[in-house]
Formats: sequence, C-alpha cells, structure tokens
Amino acid sequence: MTKVNVYVTLRESVVDPQGTAAKEALLNLGYNEVQNVRIGKLIELELDGAVTDIETRVKEMCEKLLINEVIEDYRYEIGEAAGK
Amino acid sequence: MSAMHEPNEQQIKEEKLYRQMGMTDEEFGRVEDILGRLPNYTETGLFSALWSEHCSYKSSKPILRNFPTEGERVLQGPGEGAGIVDIGDNQAAVFKMESHNSPSAIEPFIGAATGAGGVLRDVFSMGARPVALVNSLRFGDLTDARDRFLFEEAVAGIASYGNGIGIPTIAGEVQFDNCYSKRPLVNAMAVGLLNHEDIQKGVAAGVGNTVIYAGATTGRDGIHGATMSSAEVTVEEEAELPVMQGGDPFLEKLVMDACLELAKSDALIGMQDMGAAGLSSASAEMASSAGYGIEMNMNLVPQRESGMTAYEMMLSESQERMLIVVKKGREQEVIDLFAKYGVEAVAIGKVTDDKMLRLVHHGEVVAEVPADALAEDAPVYHKKSEEPSYFKEFQSMEMTEPVVADLKGTLVDLLKRPTIASKEWAYSQFDSHARRNTVVAPGSSAGVIRVDGTNKGLAMTSDCNSRYVYLDPETGGKIAVAEAARNLVCSGAEPIAVTDCLNFGSPDKPEVFWQFERSAAGISDACRTLNAPVISGNVSLSNEVNGVPVYPTPTIGMVGLVHDLSHVTTTSFKNAGDLIYVIGEATQDFGGSELQQMLEGDISGQAPAIDLDVEATRQQALLAAIQNDLVESATDLSEGGFAVALCEKAFDAEGLGADVTIAGSAVTALFSETQSRFLVTVKEENAKAFEAAVQDAVKIGNVTETNRVVIRGEQDTVLIDETVEELRSAWKGAIECLLNSEA
Amino acid sequence: MKFAILVFPGSGCDVDMYHAINEVLGAEAEYVWHDEAELAGFDAVMVPGGASYGNYLRPGALAKGSPALEQLKAFAASGKPVLGVGNGFQILTEANVLPGAFLLNKGLKFRSGKVKLTVQNTESIFTESYEKDQQILIPFAHQYGNYYVDEETLEELKENNRIAFTYTNGSVDGSTGHIAGVLNEQGNVLGIMPLPERAVEEIIGGTDGLPLFKSILKRWSENNVSHA
Repeated sequence: MTKVNVYVTLRESVVDPQGTAAKEALLNLGYNEVQNVRIGKLIELELDGAVTDIETRVKEMCEKLLINEVIEDYRYEIGEAAGK
Repeated sequence: MSAMHEPNEQQIKEEKLYRQMGMTDEEFGRVEDILGRLPNYTETGLFSALWSEHCSYKSSKPILRNFPTEGERVLQGPGEGAGIVDIGDNQAAVFKMESHNSPSAIEPFIGAATGAGGVLRDVFSMGARPVALVNSLRFGDLTDARDRFLFEEAVAGIASYGNGIGIPTIAGEVQFDNCYSKRPLVNAMAVGLLNHEDIQKGVAAGVGNTVIYAGATTGRDGIHGATMSSAEVTVEEEAELPVMQGGDPFLEKLVMDACLELAKSDALIGMQDMGAAGLSSASAEMASSAGYGIEMNMNLVPQRESGMTAYEMMLSESQERMLIVVKKGREQEVIDLFAKYGVEAVAIGKVTDDKMLRLVHHGEVVAEVPADALAEDAPVYHKKSEEPSYFKEFQSMEMTEPVVADLKGTLVDLLKRPTIASKEWAYSQFDSHARRNTVVAPGSSAGVIRVDGTNKGLAMTSDCNSRYVYLDPETGGKIAVAEAARNLVCSGAEPIAVTDCLNFGSPDKPEVFWQFERSAAGISDACRTLNAPVISGNVSLSNEVNGVPVYPTPTIGMVGLVHDLSHVTTTSFKNAGDLIYVIGEATQDFGGSELQQMLEGDISGQAPAIDLDVEATRQQALLAAIQNDLVESATDLSEGGFAVALCEKAFDAEGLGADVTIAGSAVTALFSETQSRFLVTVKEENAKAFEAAVQDAVKIGNVTETNRVVIRGEQDTVLIDETVEELRSAWKGAIECLLNSEA
Repeated sequence: MKFAILVFPGSGCDVDMYHAINEVLGAEAEYVWHDEAELAGFDAVMVPGGASYGNYLRPGALAKGSPALEQLKAFAASGKPVLGVGNGFQILTEANVLPGAFLLNKGLKFRSGKVKLTVQNTESIFTESYEKDQQILIPFAHQYGNYYVDEETLEELKENNRIAFTYTNGSVDGSTGHIAGVLNEQGNVLGIMPLPERAVEEIIGGTDGLPLFKSILKRWSENNVSHA
C-alpha cells in the first residue's frame, strides 16, 4: 500500500473567509506577528501498491475531483514522506 | 478491551465494578435475583444502561404518571418513539422533544447536531415523514467566553443537521441566564406527518422473524452515553469525557428515506431508532413491548473498529442506526431496499418465543437475560421531596413596583436583553423554508407549516420561563403550558397536544425533586384545563455544574391545528388605522420578570399568578375571533411585558408605528409580566364584532403610519415616544453585539 | 412539456421543485434518480438544491462521480434548458457546465432568508417573463453561496449579457460582481443561488420566482407550435 497526502489550499488570488477570520482571532489573542492565515485541507489517500505511474494517477484524481482549480491549489507527497 | 480481559462475575461483584457503570448495590442485587446468578460483564452493562434514569425513568415515573395523556385526538401516548395525534382527514401529527444537554455541554456542535438527528429518528421510526424541527435552548448570559462558544456552536450544530437533511427549523426559543452557564440546555423537537394506516411501532413480534440492523456502522463512540447523561458534569471533568462521533445528516437522510419506503411495505413488523443505550435498548424494548425474545449474532453487527466486544457493540451510541424486524423470508427484499439508498442493512438475529435477549458472539452465548427485566423491571424510586427554604421566603415577600426613572431608556435596555432581543442571528442560520410548506417562519409567536396537499396547517412552539418555575414551580409549570398555548392561539391554531422535555438538577436533592414534582403538577393542571394532553416527552436530570442545579426548566413543546390556512395570524401590524386592543389588565407582577433581573441582577418574590380558567376563556375567545377573520395581528405579552410586545409588533411592519394610551401606574402598565394577556389589532369595521367576541379586550389606540411608537399615560402624559428604527436597532443587533464582545 | 428533476443522494429540495412545476406551474415533472438517469426524452432538466452527497469534499463536487453527469453535459450541449438552483448551481459549476466556483460565505455561517435580486438579462429562456431591472424577492439558504469568478471571466460574462440576476443591495456573502445567477455561453443553462422554486405561491414565499418557470414553459410552447 502506498500513502499519498494531498494538501489543498485556496489560490493566492482568492479571498479565504475562514483564514481571514482566524487571523483576526489570533491578532485578538495578542499574536501580533501573524501576517496572514490560509486554511486548507489535507486529503489522505491509501493506494494499491501495485499501481505504477502513481504520480500521473494522483494528478488526475486531483484535477478530476479532489480539487477545484478555479479556486484551489494543491501539492502532494507520496510514500515515505506522506507516511510520517 | 477484548472480551478475554473483561472482569469475571466474581470480580464485578466483589470489586463493585458495576458502580462505575452507574449501578447501585441494591440494583446489582436485584439483577442477581432476577437472573438467579451473577451477571457477567456484558449483562451488567445491559442492565446498567437500561436501568439508567435516561432509559428507565426510574426516578421520574411516579410523577410522569400524573400527566393527562388521553384525549379524543390521541392515537399514541407516551411510551413509543414519539406520540401521535389525529388531525383529521385520516392524517396524524407525530412529535417528540428530546434533550441533548450533556453532550452539548462538552462538544456543543456535535451534541446539538446529534440531538436533532436522534429526535428525527424517533419520528420517522413511527412511519412519519418529519416536516419540521423546533428547538429550545438555554445558555449563560453571553458575558462569559465559554458560554458564547457553547451558544454559537450549538446553533451551528443544529443548523448543520437540519439544513443538511433538508428539514426546516420553523420555531424555537432561547433564554439566557447565568444558571445555565457552562451547563446549557439543548432540547430539540421534531414534528412529522403520516396517514393513519402507516403507523409503525417498535415491536419485535412473530417467532422466527428476522432482526435487521440498518444504517451507520457501530464504533466505540458514546459507550455508556445513557448513563453519562444521567450524571452531572463538573467543569474539571470535561477533559476526560469520552470521544464523541459527529452526526452525519447525509446518511440520516438516506436512512430516513429508506425507512419511510419500508414503512409502506407489509414485510415490516416494527422498527426503532438505536438511541440512548443503542442496540441494547432498541432490542430489549422491541422484544419486551411485543412479548417476545430476540437472539442476535454479534459477529454480524457492522463494525467500524476492530476487536469490538459484545459489551461495546451493545452499549455504543453511534448515530444514524435503526433496528428493524421483518417477516421471515422477506429479508433480501428489505436489504435491497436499503441498498438502493446506499445504506447498509444486515440480518443479525431473529425473534424468539422465550422472551430472552440472547447474544451470541464467536459462537458462544455471551449474554442471556429476560428482555422484560431490562425494559420494564428497573426499580422505581420515590425520591425524597422537600420544599426549599427559599420558597417560603419568596412567597412571603411583599411585591412592589420597581423604581424606574427613565421609561424609554429602560425599554431600550429591555429590548437589548438577549432573552428578549431578536433571535435572527440564530434562526437565520436555519433553512426554515425547506420542503416548501413553511407558512410562518421563526420570528413570530409560533411556526406554521402547511399540511401537504391540504389547506390546513400545523403550528408549533416551545416555551418555558424557568425563572417563574424556580420562584414557584407549580405556577411556573402552569405558565409554561399556558404560554405555549397562547403562542399557538395567536397564530390561529387550536392547541391539540404537548410534548415535554423536563430539565432539572439532581433528583437526589429533595429540593430539586420538589421542584420537579410541583412543576409537573402545574403542567398537568394546565394541560387538563387547556385540553392539550401530553403525548411524548423526555426527562433530563442532574443538570448541574459543580453541584449547583440549573433553574427547573420543564420545556413545553406544543402543536396546534390550523383548520384553515386563512386563519394564520402573525405578530406584526398589518395596516395603518387598525385599532389596537389589549386583552387582560396589568397588575404588579415583577417576580422573575426581565425587569427585575435587569435591575437587581437576580430574581426573587412571587411568580406572576395565573388563573387557568381565565386563561382558557380568553384563549378560546381570541381563537374564535381569529377564526372568524376579525383579527389582523396577535401576540401574547411575555418577557418584558406590554411595551416590549408593542414594539415587536412594529419591528417587522415596514413604515408602521403605534399610538396608544394606557391606564394605571406607568411602570406596571409598561413592564409588568402579568399573565393571560394579549395585544391584537383589528380593522375598524370589525371593532364591534371583535369586542362582542372578546369581552376582556380594551381598545387602547391605533396603528399609525408615523413609524413611531408612542405610548401615552394618564392625563395624556407621553411615557414613550421613539422611532421604530431606534427601537428596532437596539433589539435587532443585541445578540450579535454580545457575541462580538471581548470580555 | 416534460421536466426532469435530477435527484442525487441528499438533494433535499427536489420536492420543492416538483411541487413548483407540477402543482403550481401545471407542467409535468418527473424525478430522475441519478443512477438510472435517462434524460433523452425530457424537454428540460432541473438540478435541484439541497446537500447532494452531504456537501462533502466541496458542495456539488461529488456529483461528478455520478453516471448522470455525462448525460447532463450532453443534454446541456443539445441546447435544451437546464436550470440549477442552490446546490444544483454548485453541481453545474463543479461540472464545468457553468463558469466559476463557490466559496464559504464571507460571514462563514449558513444564512437563510429572503433576498432582493435585480433581473439583468430579460432575453434568456429563463428570464423573458421578467422586466429589465425588475426587483424580485427570492428565498435563499446556503453556506457556500460566495460565487467566485476571476476578473477576466467577469468581464466576459458582462460583455455577453450572461449575468441573469444580481443581488440588488450587494452580496452579503461575497459573490464576485454581486452575481446571483449566471448563464452559459449558449444561454440554455442557468445557475441561480437563491431558490425561485420556493417563491411560487403567495402563502409560502411570494410569487416572484414563478415567472422564471413560466418563461421556460412559454419558450417551449412557442417552439413547439412553430415545429408543428
């Protein structure tokens, strides 16, 4: 089995209402060093280890379903790195 | 813990391990007597869960027995998932209210969401399609950050579930008082509709018939939830409480749609929600109420975690699960029906004739106990009741009129009190118009929903002023019922039945038990006089923080029948020039009032008196006037008294105001909370007929186009003269303002 | 005229749409369960609101896993009317039938109530029974009602008169260009975030949503007469 972690964030150009609210809250709590907060999500995939071209397949999964390219960016980690 | 490591029978007895499950020494002895042997670990768990207060009502039964539960319309009284009342044309309303207080104190979003989910299952397990949700909420006064968090999250949780499953929340109430600080009350009510022939019950009848498990898988979440909700929460304990599983409204919708399709099939014998005490209570109660037994193979129970024991599976309170009994030979058809909705359904057992609940795990019998003993033979406790010393003291207090220097300023301050202020912040988060039948959404006296395909409606409300109940439980109990009925009548509905959620402190405190006993007596009286029997309900005891009980809060959920949708009436003024009438006179009733709480920071004295016969007479007269199309708008006078009610009638009526003249002492006339009073508006041409119909009505002024609220006192003194805009902004923004405060 | 109401698991507002078309508009609508979808015989497809697939992942996204989606795209490409309301609009954007995407409301919370819309385009199949700049009051209920398109797309939508409805007093939820309803390039697909099917009866939510359905029926009737 291969583990893949997909990290999804809103694109730079898109306002993140949750991130903005979290930033305000952190500033209220006195964390004045906070300049920006972006909230995203982590998607953990467990893949059949027999599959080759994992990278192509993962990219496809992201682009077809897991992320919406109009508003979201993503990156992923495969195997060892994701297993940690 | 695997079954191998479970303590054995001797250890359970000698080390008194049953106590950890909430069972007393006497109760354990009783189990031993029933079985004629020592119970094993799983069996001890079954008894402790089913004999918890939450499932058995062992402390409250003697009191609940006194509620009137019968009436011409009652098709199903207390004892099933939900009560049922006839509404004519072969249709019936099905409803129930339930508490989810303990979970909501710990994890408010999940607690409130799953509370809504549970009560919905109670309704659709009767074969009824849920059509509306109502909620009744109590929180600390929002000056504390934890209370603000609890309130915000509980509201969001209710919204997520109701909106997700697509059932409109159409009414509700929120009261803020520091007695609920860190111990909120979250009561949810669901209302459904069905045709008489589709009524289902939770019965497991017919030897050889098949027991099917449907819905979500079983995990270790919520084990012993029923026992937990019967115990008080100390603030320090919060960190150690068990992990809770979130609700899944999406799955619940699929389960609901499948169950409602199944309810039409003659393959179905009975179904019940796996609610408090999960699979244990569902199986024991279904077998016991049908007079049969059930045998289940625990290996077949769908599990989401590995290595689960029978004990864990039986006591899990995983959400969105149903237990169903179907005719032998029809299993596949039922499993296929669920599969169509993408819901897992598995045959896990069969109905037997030996009246035993028998569990088999890995080929061995791991529990074998009489189903009746679990479901019916819990001990009944007649708890000690003692009048608290405060009661005599309050009763003997001389009631005086508070000193108020600035009438307008006081009115504005009252409008900002969170209990009185607009609850739009909360209800705008609820999809109140889903399923296209909502006639009156939250914000008026009661919510009204159209009965699909007819010109009739169901009105619903939930009410309880716990301050009155605290000062004088019997009177407060009467008022809770009367107020609920008033809200229905003001909406144009005939009150037909009641569900309740009785929230109190620990029943082991004689003063608390006295509050329970006396308020239940008041509720019974009022239900009899107002002809609204109790058809379902729920008891939530031990609502305490660090040993201090909340105010006694017997919430009343009431449903009324709108015979013709043209009778539907709302709070708001309708036309300039209409006459304004007040029904009932004000006397000095400030005990437990919002004004008293605001000025003194606490409540004392006598609760407002109520005469149920006067109440009934006025309600009947007003309802008849509404039904005869003589009334344009109606509202009852409640927290804050006359002045607040008058303002509320103007807030949603664009461009309209009022000019009225009131008699008597200004403070009493404006702010007293005297009971059985109403404010209505009537078209001038209907004045004569209205006055003849409602004899206690007194004309006090007109609806105006001035966009001002003008209240004059004796000798034409102006007591209050303010723009509607100014008053509205105080009322409308108050809750959001409190939530955004930094304190 | 036959309307299909395309139902996904969790599409709770299918009943609202069914009632509006069958009982108020007086046309014929049928529920079509997504798994068994056969859209060819229908004259219009309605994608109702609700919370398809629990709104999990992103609202509207998981419907892309349904076999009905390819049919829906083909139906839209054929030029026949497709209307997506609320969650149905989200499904249409996720499926790239309509431009843009939906973000969490600016205020983060679910919001419901009634909102004033301005009719911007009165030439489409869906809006010709309204007057230009007419203001209508329509119920809404959403948590992801914050419509997003980039600047370039916004300009294109404006130039081609593809913005059907805007929020009259600005979008509280943060939608780009205050857009409440948008058309595809051919003008036969409309997505609208507020819920016109809940405003077809005086006693329930007013009747400001009814002209939308009447427009669809009217255009179809005209075409059918001319074909006859």
